[in-house]
Amino acid sequence: MSATLAIETQSLGRIYKLRGSRKETRKELVALQDVNLTVERGELFGLLGPNGAGKTTLIKVLTTLLSPTSGWARVAGADVHTEPHLVRPKINMVSGGESSGYGLLTVRENLWMFSQFYGVPSKEANERIEALLEMVGMKDRMHTKSSDLSTGLRQKMNIVRGFLTDPEVLFLDEPTLGLDVGASRDVRKFIIEWLKADKTRTLLLTTHYMVEADELCDRVAIINKGRVLACDTPSALKQRLQKDALFEIQTSPLNGLNQQILLDQPEVTKAAITETETGAKLSLSLVEESALARVINLFTQKDVKVMSLSKREPTLEDVFVDLVGRSMAEEESSETA
Amino acid sequence: MAAWLGWLIESNWTDPFLFAVYSIVKPISGAAILVIMYGIITQGNYNSALFPYIYLGNAFYIYVGAVMTGVSWAVVDDREHYKTLKYMYIAPIYIPLYLLGRGVARFITGSIAVFITIAAGLLFLNVKINFAEVDWLLFIVTLIVGVVMLALLGLLLAGITLTVARHEGFIGEATAGALYIFSGAVFPLDVLPEWSRPIGYFMPTTYWLELLRRSLVGNVAQAFPTLANFSNLEILGVLLGLSVLFGAVSIWVFRWCDARARELGLIDRTTNY
Repeated sequence: MSATLAIETQSLGRIYKLRGSRKETRKELVALQDVNLTVERGELFGLLGPNGAGKTTLIKVLTTLLSPTSGWARVAGADVHTEPHLVRPKINMVSGGESSGYGLLTVRENLWMFSQFYGVPSKEANERIEALLEMVGMKDRMHTKSSDLSTGLRQKMNIVRGFLTDPEVLFLDEPTLGLDVGASRDVRKFIIEWLKADKTRTLLLTTHYMVEADELCDRVAIINKGRVLACDTPSALKQRLQKDALFEIQTSPLNGLNQQILLDQPEVTKAAITETETGAKLSLSLVEESALARVINLFTQKDVKVMSLSKREPTLEDVFVDLVGRSMAEEESSETA
Repeated sequence: MAAWLGWLIESNWTDPFLFAVYSIVKPISGAAILVIMYGIITQGNYNSALFPYIYLGNAFYIYVGAVMTGVSWAVVDDREHYKTLKYMYIAPIYIPLYLLGRGVARFITGSIAVFITIAAGLLFLNVKINFAEVDWLLFIVTLIVGVVMLALLGLLLAGITLTVARHEGFIGEATAGALYIFSGAVFPLDVLPEWSRPIGYFMPTTYWLELLRRSLVGNVAQAFPTLANFSNLEILGVLLGLSVLFGAVSIWVFRWCDARARELGLIDRTTNY
């Protein structure tokens, strides 16, 4: 492993054996398959994918909580499976969307206790706690019992817990999940400032928010069904789609017009449909801008009214649609169906 | 640190009345039931040396449940309730030591219950101990060895708890309950069916309770003949030997279960039970 690499995985795989009722045979769920990734020191690396794509499983493996069933992974120079004791002092993790912590301890006590597990001198820990709580706007809640905090504030406290030990590699699993817009913005700002302060710090972030990945990450790996489909900078990923013309169209109800009919048109390369209260929102990728007239003609034939139409630049969502064939929301609903 | 956390959790009873019920009334009530049963069976022969033997066996058995369950329950508590076990796991700490630390709080509350039960026995329930004849050195050494042994057994249960995603909360209580029969806590092993006695002979708790009682009230050979032919030193030797054996097995089992839990992805599994 190169000294500049914070994370490296090789043919990493994880299969869960699911136990059903006694009469059923055991089923296997492939959560990760042949994952090959490298993350440089100082990098903010994003894992982007729908729920159930394997992002959290990958984080669990990299943070030594879960053993891989094939391949290997190294974090901060040590093998996560065979040398977890060498990995743990150098990492920390925060999982979003959960309210973990000892409710009977105050915010300061919770944080201080974890800092002691990492050997941070008590005085230094208290200073860091105060500074970090100030940065996330929670200094006034320092002496509040964590059971008295709202879910959002508890999540912020956990985010501080992750940063408090100043890890070499920090794993943030959906850190803004469940936070309101303002709090999410604060957290994203804080992440950027934390990384700027020390160029050797590495951060791996999982998210299913495209904007978050686009705004924050140096590089992004798009993951679906346990496989890494693409890995590059957000701009390079979007560059792949620059040849297409992308349109977003708001319409009345589609009257039987569906994704397949759209894709059957030679000029439509990608189509995603989201139903709305008033009709539908279509995201279309066309071979050229002039092909739009023919698509509009198709709408007219089906008596579908166009309420609004806009041309836009490609996003990571488009990259996902390009790679998977459908939107992240569609992919999630197909998984839960 | 873990002991501090454990104490805060254990002592954090919102309602002092509930704390009193759990720590004081429950053990005294249990002991009182035993005393009444004994009184009926022996037609009130409280002067027999057998009586304090039974009473003390029952009182010290509180430690078995408290210490063993205290260590293993920390896994359930942190994984299911506080959802912090995964964060403990990825921290650079020795997890067995953390769990043992969490058990210290249960040892303290258990000690309070044992003290209160014995004090209630002496004051109200006809239990007689001649403190001038108590072998304090034997008592203290036995108590320390026993508590360490119980904590290590708790670690074994904690390991098993790690690998069980459901019903894990009952493991500590169930084990403590089963050991009650096979440890000679309130009746000698001789009254058990012959096939089941070896279980009691193999349990360090049998020798531990015998030594604690001997240190406080002397040997009652005719009432508890099981170990009558062994001297205190011999029983202490057996207790130490079995404690070392069980301790080594516990650490091995915990390490195996720890690896197994990581293979199965159970470290952060919550059942919402």
